[in-house]
Amino acid sequence: MSAERRPSMLGDALAQVGACGLFLLQVLAAVPKSLRHFRETVRQVWFVGAMSLVIIMTCGLFVGMVLGLQLYYVLSIFGGTAALGTVVSLSLYRELGPVVTALLFAGRAGTSITAEIGLMRATDQLAAMEMMAVDPLAYVAAPRFIAGIVAMPLLACVFNALGIFGAHLVGVSWLGLDNGTFWSNMTSSVDVWKDVVNGVWKSVAFGAVVSLIAVFQGYTTPPTSEGVAYATTRTVVFSSIVVLALDFVMTAFLM
Amino acid sequence: MTQQRRSYQIGTGLFILLGFAALAYLATQTTSVANFSQGDSYALKARFTNIGQLKLRAPVKLAGVRIGSVESITLDPAKLDAIVRISIDKRYGEIPDDSAAAIFTSGLLGDQYVGIQPGGSPDMMKDGGEFVLTQSSMQLEDLIGKFLVNGSPQKPANDASKPATTEPPKP
Amino acid sequence: MNTPPASAAGAALVEVRGLRTVLNGKTIFDDLELDIPRGKITAIMGPSGTGKTTLLRHVTGQLAPDAGTIRVDGRDVPRLTRSELFDLREKIGFLFQNSALLTDFSVFENVAFPLRQHLRLPEELVRNIVLTKLQAVGLRGAAGLMPSELSGGMARRVALARAIVRDPMLILYDEPFVGLDPIALNQVLKLIRTLNDTLGITSILVAHEFAAVARAADLVYLIAGGKVVARGTPDELTRADSPWTRQFFGGEADGPVPFQYPARDYALDLGFPATAGGAA
Repeated sequence: MSAERRPSMLGDALAQVGACGLFLLQVLAAVPKSLRHFRETVRQVWFVGAMSLVIIMTCGLFVGMVLGLQLYYVLSIFGGTAALGTVVSLSLYRELGPVVTALLFAGRAGTSITAEIGLMRATDQLAAMEMMAVDPLAYVAAPRFIAGIVAMPLLACVFNALGIFGAHLVGVSWLGLDNGTFWSNMTSSVDVWKDVVNGVWKSVAFGAVVSLIAVFQGYTTPPTSEGVAYATTRTVVFSSIVVLALDFVMTAFLM
Repeated sequence: MTQQRRSYQIGTGLFILLGFAALAYLATQTTSVANFSQGDSYALKARFTNIGQLKLRAPVKLAGVRIGSVESITLDPAKLDAIVRISIDKRYGEIPDDSAAAIFTSGLLGDQYVGIQPGGSPDMMKDGGEFVLTQSSMQLEDLIGKFLVNGSPQKPANDASKPATTEPPKP
Repeated sequence: MNTPPASAAGAALVEVRGLRTVLNGKTIFDDLELDIPRGKITAIMGPSGTGKTTLLRHVTGQLAPDAGTIRVDGRDVPRLTRSELFDLREKIGFLFQNSALLTDFSVFENVAFPLRQHLRLPEELVRNIVLTKLQAVGLRGAAGLMPSELSGGMARRVALARAIVRDPMLILYDEPFVGLDPIALNQVLKLIRTLNDTLGITSILVAHEFAAVARAADLVYLIAGGKVVARGTPDELTRADSPWTRQFFGGEADGPVPFQYPARDYALDLGFPATAGGAA
């Protein structure tokens, strides 16, 4: 997408969406074949999942602490600080956990997937695989796609757990909320299926979307260093937009 | 190289384990599922004519200290009152058997909990025992209703059945 | 379609007939015909932009032509299904211009990659095959290095070891000499010759450097303007008296391949009144 050529941004955007959709079909078709490269998938779960743990855990802790402080302040106006645990956990499970994790994941793992595949394209590694009769869709694209779907919900759960811990730290240890009240309010109003599991579904969808966009951008990037740089930016921008839009749609349908 | 691949697999395994541990923790410790997991405790029973918004797992407090939680709430079909089963931590085994159980609200809009006012009997509550004296939850709506009724000059003392909750009429 | 016996001795391994390719509105090949004989090193030469690499992409089925047939070992490449194509590619080695080693893997794993992907061999056997091939390119000692630690010449030799690890019937070399110092260039050149002679592999060599090609190739095709303009052994071509060979092998700046990219009239472009023929 050169800067001077912008006669129809809408057309370009539509073409991108269409190409991405077709690419999804190709990747899905390659998934059965990619099971032969199971080790590669495992390796990718390590790269996109475990390597994102530090940022996810740190951010989860701080988001939880901020939520604890802010909501304590708001709730204390109504004398309802006892509901702190409930409010924190519900907002984490239903919204913040999946969404923030997806955004962080796009920034951390998504960009590295795009850059890696883009570089493989630029240095002919993908073509070399084709020539060695190894389907890059099955060996490169599908494992990263699957890894994103597997890793995202797990990361979101870790994020949520750390968030609750952070809120507990602030609410109970610092602001003197009763420990039992904190937990009992939470456990009495949080439902496993409606809140926790629905949040997990959300993050599964976000994982699929973010890793699809990342793989697609890397796979279709122009094979130049400039192209790779733009592609990583596009990964973050598109992922963020799509995640937030999809979040709205899923919230409307799921909850 | 094989060594390297193995360490990836172990690392990935650990990561997946951590993720599922987090999920299991969230699902069992922070949701209603947690109601089923109890430590060492014993059960007591209390009857209330109205439990208000009392919920499962609400805290049970004695002198403001949490000593247990509400385990189940059922309706007695014969007497048409609520039976609240509460489980008390084994550590707090010494509750006089003439103690009273009441449902309080923490703060103005906070959640409700069961408060226990200890009696003076030398005998202690046993597992499965029942509180003789109970006080039902105060309904905010009732209070407001009474206040409105009592405050109006037409019906000065229409409702005096529960003197404990009557508010002084305002001018 | 009458399919010729696949392994008829003497028959060409690769036959290109009536090849026509248009890329982005530019005609790359126009009725191109050529044969690659078995067991020989055939060089494809030509000015930059004549589509030599495109030809290799046609032969390996990475790109479908607009018209014409390309037969490799009796199989019509553009009409193969994807899995048939992959079967064929397992018998073809391809040396990329920039080596295209997988950056995640060590030299050893790079060479072992085609084996691991297609065959379930015991680790011991994989090790032996890989080390033999690395020995052949003189890099057995570098097995534990990562691609980022290799020089350009070493990377190309590793890529060569990877291309031959499954004993292909055909190897395609895409510009194997670009960016190599004279020593590395001679090493690669010697390897191409040795591999061809010892393993009986058919080789297609795409290159610019006539001096280097002349020392390795058995047969040279000179392609320009989408057609074969000269064909023969290196000796014949140096002696041939055609403007193409003169310009290409003599290295003259202007000739049949114009120095100027096709353009409008020069004077007109500069804003002067049109000269002869450039009426606006």
